[in-house]
Amino acid sequence: MKPVYILNDNIINAFGFTTAETILALDKGSIGISTVNDPVLYPQPVQLSLVDTERLNRKFSEILEIHQKNTPADSFTRLEKFFIVSLYDVLKNSSVDPENPRTLLVISTTKGNIDLLENRFRTVFSHKRLYLWELGRIVRKFFGFANAPIIISNACISGVVAVMTATRFLQSGAYDHAVVTGGDIASEFVISGFQSFQAISPNPCKPFDLNRTGLSLGEGCGTMVLSTIPTVTGWNSIRVAGAATSNDANHISGPSRTGAELSGAMNQAMSQAGVAREELSYISAHGTATPFNDEMESKAIELSGLLHVPVNSFKGYWGHTLGAAGLIESVAAVASIRNNVLYRSAGFESPGVPAAINVISSNQYSEVNSCLKTASGFGGCNAAILYQKD
Amino acid sequence: MADAMQPSYTRKIKMGQIITSYSHLHDNKVIVNGRIIFYQENILKFADFVKTVFKQEQFIYPRFYKMDAISKLGFLATELVLKEKTIEGYLPEAMGIVLSNSSASLDTDIAHNETIKDRSSYFPSPSVFVYTLPNIAIGEVCIKNKIKGENAFLISEAFDGKLLFDYVNELFKSKRVEACLCGWVEVMANNCNAMVALVENTGAALDGRSSGFEPMLFNEENLNLIMTRN
Repeated sequence: MKPVYILNDNIINAFGFTTAETILALDKGSIGISTVNDPVLYPQPVQLSLVDTERLNRKFSEILEIHQKNTPADSFTRLEKFFIVSLYDVLKNSSVDPENPRTLLVISTTKGNIDLLENRFRTVFSHKRLYLWELGRIVRKFFGFANAPIIISNACISGVVAVMTATRFLQSGAYDHAVVTGGDIASEFVISGFQSFQAISPNPCKPFDLNRTGLSLGEGCGTMVLSTIPTVTGWNSIRVAGAATSNDANHISGPSRTGAELSGAMNQAMSQAGVAREELSYISAHGTATPFNDEMESKAIELSGLLHVPVNSFKGYWGHTLGAAGLIESVAAVASIRNNVLYRSAGFESPGVPAAINVISSNQYSEVNSCLKTASGFGGCNAAILYQKD
Repeated sequence: MADAMQPSYTRKIKMGQIITSYSHLHDNKVIVNGRIIFYQENILKFADFVKTVFKQEQFIYPRFYKMDAISKLGFLATELVLKEKTIEGYLPEAMGIVLSNSSASLDTDIAHNETIKDRSSYFPSPSVFVYTLPNIAIGEVCIKNKIKGENAFLISEAFDGKLLFDYVNELFKSKRVEACLCGWVEVMANNCNAMVALVENTGAALDGRSSGFEPMLFNEENLNLIMTRN
């Protein structure tokens, strides 16, 4: 099996348009979730973590100016702008060529251009644009990718599945490079749905905390460039070393009672990577801050014998970005390994899960060699992926 | 001579994967392992089509009636496959499922959108919203059959036998699965097309089959063949 290196990455979220801006916000301990009173998104005020629209449009226009001078900016949807701005950032800083037939493109999203169902867009964009492959076609065409993208839509584990899928095709030698990107927008569609479940917290979410009352929704895009061929920039020092998915086979909207299935995926990822329990530096958990999810995750961590390992959830900073979450949180976790820092799990004050997991309560600066990133979602799906210093 | 000395192991069956059972549902027709088990000349609405097949096969599963269209179709296609070839011998963790389609959950997305279109009658429902993800169909199949291994939902404009084969083949090559259901489950309004195949390792117990279906090699060509053969 060929080793798979992370060459470059990008995060678009409430904090900005580069990985560096998100890391800066984490260092400062900024919280990107706030009350949004926008009737386009929801009839009542709601806690959200949103990408700055003005900056997005400015960035996108700059890219169009260089890339496709005569294309009007408003012929692209908000999500398409996320993907294009994110991919533009990684591709300009990387030697990977999209037009190379050995380069794979993998896209993850849960809802794609779902805002186009709203009346305000009915006459602006064609119905076809609601199809995820059409979104994929637009992204592919913009950068001239030689291959049609693989598109993953697997609820909240989509982003992790996308990185895993790209990694497997690189490990087997089917491709040499992969650009993996995940994105989702905040929309009335999704906000109203989670509200109907009474799953949205009235305050910024508090993963693993005793007083957690639900999740905060966010939006954004995360991108990673992977390659079997390490570059000389120093970015080659972190590898994707193992990954697995599993299914609870229990309930479509509630997690496993035992956490055994997530634990199974975690064990698989670690054994593929050859990382022993006592060697693992850090767990970047899913941590949505819904009562049942965090409870299940704590049980899974206990079952895998990882209670001693420092854990955080990034969702207390920029919310749950759905199909982008696996990518954005992976990029932040990889930056944690690269910079040897473990970030405080924002919103966590007092332990509120059944198993005594080691939630990070203040930033720690020490050697970080590996990270197990986990995700779980509707449909009973779980995923775990292991990032490791080479 | 060297030829005469050829050792017998070269004649052993090549290790690989085979399709041990499959179903294909489209245009009011249901094919299982090459046999037409249901055909209705009059155009049926989707809901009537799946309900009629479900009843004809005497399936008993009350949850079926709560499911959205993709989950109903995926469930039915899978039950027809597993009626012909049991997977009871496998550990739940050794069984995978990889499904794909064109429209993700758009058919149900439109239904959820109807509940929020009008601010004066705003009634989003969790029982509709939960189905606005295509992989819920995978979840339903996993619940029914205690499948706990690798699972993924892939989107492509049209059925992509190469993508499905490549994805599932990787799972077998890396020993992540011992058996895997894979296929295509597409519904939009009253148009549906579903194909589900059970893939197992060559030499996997061939007992447990109730028909005389000869297994097919698991490859891109055979997946395409099942999808196009009527």
